[in-house]
Amino acid sequence: MEPTVSAFQLLLAGDPALLAVVRLSLIVSMSAVGVATLIGVPVGASLALTHFPGRTVVVVVFNALMGLPPVVAGLAVFLLLSRSGPLGSLGLLFTPPAMVCAQVVLVTPIIAALTRQTIEDLWEEYCDELTAMNVGMVRRVGTLIWDGRFSLITIVLAGFGRAAAEVGAIIIVGGNIEGFTRTMTTAIALETSKGDLPLAIGLGVILIAIVVLVNALAWTVGRAAQRYAG
Amino acid sequence: MRAPGTELPICLSDVTVETHGVTILDRITLALGSGPPTVLIGPNGSGKTTLLRIAMGLILPSAGTVTWGGRESVAPVRRAIVFQHPVMLRRTAAENLRYALKVSGRLPRKMYDSRIAELLSLVGLSEFGDRPARTMSGGEKRRLALARALAGDPAVLFLDEPSASLDPAAAKVVEDVIRTVAARNIKVVMSTHDLGSARRLAGDIIFMHRGRVVETGAASTFFNEPHSDEAKIFIRGDLLV
Repeated sequence: MEPTVSAFQLLLAGDPALLAVVRLSLIVSMSAVGVATLIGVPVGASLALTHFPGRTVVVVVFNALMGLPPVVAGLAVFLLLSRSGPLGSLGLLFTPPAMVCAQVVLVTPIIAALTRQTIEDLWEEYCDELTAMNVGMVRRVGTLIWDGRFSLITIVLAGFGRAAAEVGAIIIVGGNIEGFTRTMTTAIALETSKGDLPLAIGLGVILIAIVVLVNALAWTVGRAAQRYAG
Repeated sequence: MRAPGTELPICLSDVTVETHGVTILDRITLALGSGPPTVLIGPNGSGKTTLLRIAMGLILPSAGTVTWGGRESVAPVRRAIVFQHPVMLRRTAAENLRYALKVSGRLPRKMYDSRIAELLSLVGLSEFGDRPARTMSGGEKRRLALARALAGDPAVLFLDEPSASLDPAAAKVVEDVIRTVAARNIKVVMSTHDLGSARRLAGDIIFMHRGRVVETGAASTFFNEPHSDEAKIFIRGDLLV
């Protein structure tokens, strides 16, 4: 209990180093989830409503990428952003944007694959009505995303959970630089390797508390909105 | 009064529908023109719903042709259908109607609110505009679906078993709306296996059995002087197998 209390005391006291770590963690994870949502939801919804040769292969690939090992994603982004890589000139390696990129690679397949399944199920229900109303493809996608929004919130939360808990990818592309690219998960990994278990445990508790808080907020808002929309 | 547009007549020529080797409709040839409601009757499984879907353009025939106003490929802009189990969008009743108005694009946005109020009033749901549509009862949903179908200003309205599973009061409201719609020169084509409903609403009857049109004609003639044995059995209320 003592390390947890100490960690929360540091947090409540506004310890700058700890706050910086928490803030960067949230910024990186939320940015990554935001970008992944913007990509994954339309891609997943379009995949649900279109039929083309090789669609099954694409679906299987997206499903498989949900289990993409973070270190592999990190390595891929590292190679892209390294000085000799194709995007090396951007100078992003070992910066927070690089960490966002790595997490986008991890989270986008999760959001796209789960969105595809959700929208496909909803389409089965709506198909006759929307076809009879002569609703065009773009509006169909929009309608299904809007009407599936409560399920999609859960999917985005799953993506946030994956991003917030992730360490392998961001430690490769971020470098765990104190005060610059150190997040809660990379700090936990570092402190554990240094043997400072109390601080690692304390950070872990804070991380879990944040994830629970974000989920609780989203769930409450979602339920209220769902009650209104039916 | 409106012109029925270019949707009519709807002509089916030798239309067959087969699914997984089963014949649902068997070489149907008929024409649906303007006039009083046409009612498809027949026992369950006779192909009424499939015929409505074919005429609406929701499914393609396995053989034969369907034309709307003489053309084979016409988007269902002036056709609307109310399914037996309508699916409501996850919005309020008024927002369901707003959605249909937006999709149809036939009305300026500034007129949406007044049109929504008019449609809700037509189906007796004026007080239900803010109610989440999916929490409404079966009868209310059916009436809202009717209003939604009318939002697109259709020339032809297909109704699949519009009063099935409704209590008498709700069925009466639906039948009143159908009469009002028909009086506005909208062609109503509906299916039912409720002979009472058919007697009250039909101008013309199409009697179906086992995927075939057995008998067609004016409702009064059909009910008073049916020609086929199947029609006689069905009108008598005996089981038609």
